[in-house]
Amino acid sequence: MVTPTLMEPEPPSSRPPDTERRAPAPLLYLIRLLASLLVPVFTVVVLVVSFNYLRDQNANRLLQVAVAIVVGVAGVWALYWGMDRFVSVLPERLRAGIRPFVFAGPAAVILTVYLVYPAVNTVIISFMSRNSKEFVGLQNYIDVFTTHDTLVSIRNSILWVVVVPVIVVAIGLGFATLADKLGSRSEAVSKSLIFLPMAVSFVGASVVWGFVYSYRPQGYGNQIGILNALVSALGGSPINWLSVQPWNTAFLMVILIWTQVGFAMVILSSAIKSVPSDILEAARIDGATELQLFWRVVFPSVSSTVIVVWTTVVITVWKLFDIVYVMTGGRDGTSVIAERMVTEFFKNFNFGAGAALAVILFIAVIPVLVINIRRFQAEEAIR
Amino acid sequence: MTTALSQHAEKGFFGRLIERWPAKLAVTIIAVMWTIPTLGLLISSFRTRDEIRGSGWWTAIPHLFDKAQWTISNYSTVLGQSGFGNAFLNSLAVTIPAVVIPITIAAFAAYAFAWMQFPGRHVLFALVVGLMVVPLQMALIPILRIYTNFDLVGTFPAVWLAHTGFGLPLAVYLLRNYIGSLPSSIIESAKIDGADDFTIFWRLIVPLSVPVLASFAIFQFLWVWNDFLVALVFLGLDPKTQVLTVALANLAGNRGEAEHLLPAAAFISMVLPMVVFFSLQRYFVRGLTAGSVKG
Repeated sequence: MVTPTLMEPEPPSSRPPDTERRAPAPLLYLIRLLASLLVPVFTVVVLVVSFNYLRDQNANRLLQVAVAIVVGVAGVWALYWGMDRFVSVLPERLRAGIRPFVFAGPAAVILTVYLVYPAVNTVIISFMSRNSKEFVGLQNYIDVFTTHDTLVSIRNSILWVVVVPVIVVAIGLGFATLADKLGSRSEAVSKSLIFLPMAVSFVGASVVWGFVYSYRPQGYGNQIGILNALVSALGGSPINWLSVQPWNTAFLMVILIWTQVGFAMVILSSAIKSVPSDILEAARIDGATELQLFWRVVFPSVSSTVIVVWTTVVITVWKLFDIVYVMTGGRDGTSVIAERMVTEFFKNFNFGAGAALAVILFIAVIPVLVINIRRFQAEEAIR
Repeated sequence: MTTALSQHAEKGFFGRLIERWPAKLAVTIIAVMWTIPTLGLLISSFRTRDEIRGSGWWTAIPHLFDKAQWTISNYSTVLGQSGFGNAFLNSLAVTIPAVVIPITIAAFAAYAFAWMQFPGRHVLFALVVGLMVVPLQMALIPILRIYTNFDLVGTFPAVWLAHTGFGLPLAVYLLRNYIGSLPSSIIESAKIDGADDFTIFWRLIVPLSVPVLASFAIFQFLWVWNDFLVALVFLGLDPKTQVLTVALANLAGNRGEAEHLLPAAAFISMVLPMVVFFSLQRYFVRGLTAGSVKG
């Protein structure tokens, strides 16, 4: 958005004077609303109806997918096109006011239905009883902060957020810096190896590490987990890694760190590569050691990227659910907020408590939300 | 610059080797540490049931070329009896529409946010930026209730639409930033030639936006394919509709029984994302560096 004039959708000549552009307000709003609603409603209805039809026919899954794609792409495109044609035949003074709603309206409606409304509703549910029949005020929150299990999950989540993002950024930055000094082929190969776990689901990562942490009590056969094999080879007795409190939480953190370092490394690596090489050379000529170079030149110039990576990992950590759910199910003092929340509403059917935990999770990410919007506004200002 | 270069040349091959070896050593150690868990699982997946249960995967390495110890029976059992073949199809059935639908809707919205004037444009887009980090846990309970009322729980459209909603903020954000950075001159000249917004959008903007569309597609693909929570809540454990992550978590849950099948099952769930990931890494990295946080 360089200058406002470049942004005008219509060439100024074809634009009627302002007074004429104003359409009768109620009609305008009605058409805008219709234009926004049509695509989502059509998509939902056609998807569901065709799906149900196919389900009755016992058609195979790939046919259902084919239908979904045809509806999802061709159908939605056709609908956008049809609405656009419809707008084109409207009186000219209406067009400019309605067309943006044809384009952006459907996304806004879907966001409202799937994120804004549920978020508001979750806040309301968090003030209601377990089956949402009666208003209980702050009782769910009081319960959350007085029950041992939920307090443990809050403590653990805070621990995760303090520990994991810092380690992820540190390893990612260190690895990116060191790999930058290698030849281009070994750099690419080593980066790919670190990056690989990013393609693995948290459930898959849990299975991978489940074998690393595998434990057989002494006398019950060979250790098949590499860690306990090492411990045994060094003369120790095998350790049940996932039930030793409080270290079991640390062993679970390792899994998340394993999946996230690749992300940090890739982004930080591109930031490091954009540090101007003449500055680095000048510092070298002045006799700076590699360590000084890193702390005085490289680190200050990538620090804003470090913050972006750190906040992203913080969000991931707050919402972490899969690893704890699969590895320990939250037993042995390992539960975290997001995992506790699913247990409350999906297993205990306590919707009030589940919603309260979700709201706590949301409050926890608000600082990041504010940072994001601030950064976005700053970016907009210099566009 | 020139002095540094000549210094560099003077050191010769061995000089550079000595200069590089600490970095090389550290990188190698980390890379090996990062690879061992997956490598161990890969080796295990081809060993027999008794071997997996009886000894560590590393004991197979000394006789790597002894054909007798390798088997693919774990894979055939997992795909057939354990229902992972079916779950693989379900994952495809969930993922493809859940990638395609949000891209379509987001592209139109991104064009409007970038190149059209309308009241509330800035507020609405700031809202999209904010929604990117809202934990999807905030949406689970109310949506589950709506779905229960309309009898949608356990159906594919329920998951497609949920992923569409959850993926939309990031999609709109990424696409709008890209589309907004296209030169305004091409759009204006098209307008002077008499093209309307719709024509500009699908003749000009969509073809020019292929890189960002690809990077979001990979992003959303990995996200939906690897998702466990949304699939668990809205599709559940029914073997007919369960996706790979849910099937895998289930199998891991009764460890004792199926321990020897887990490595093969895990690899079946990992193979497609890895292929997509490595063949399209460039686009993925571009999407990542464009700044992506998802709720």
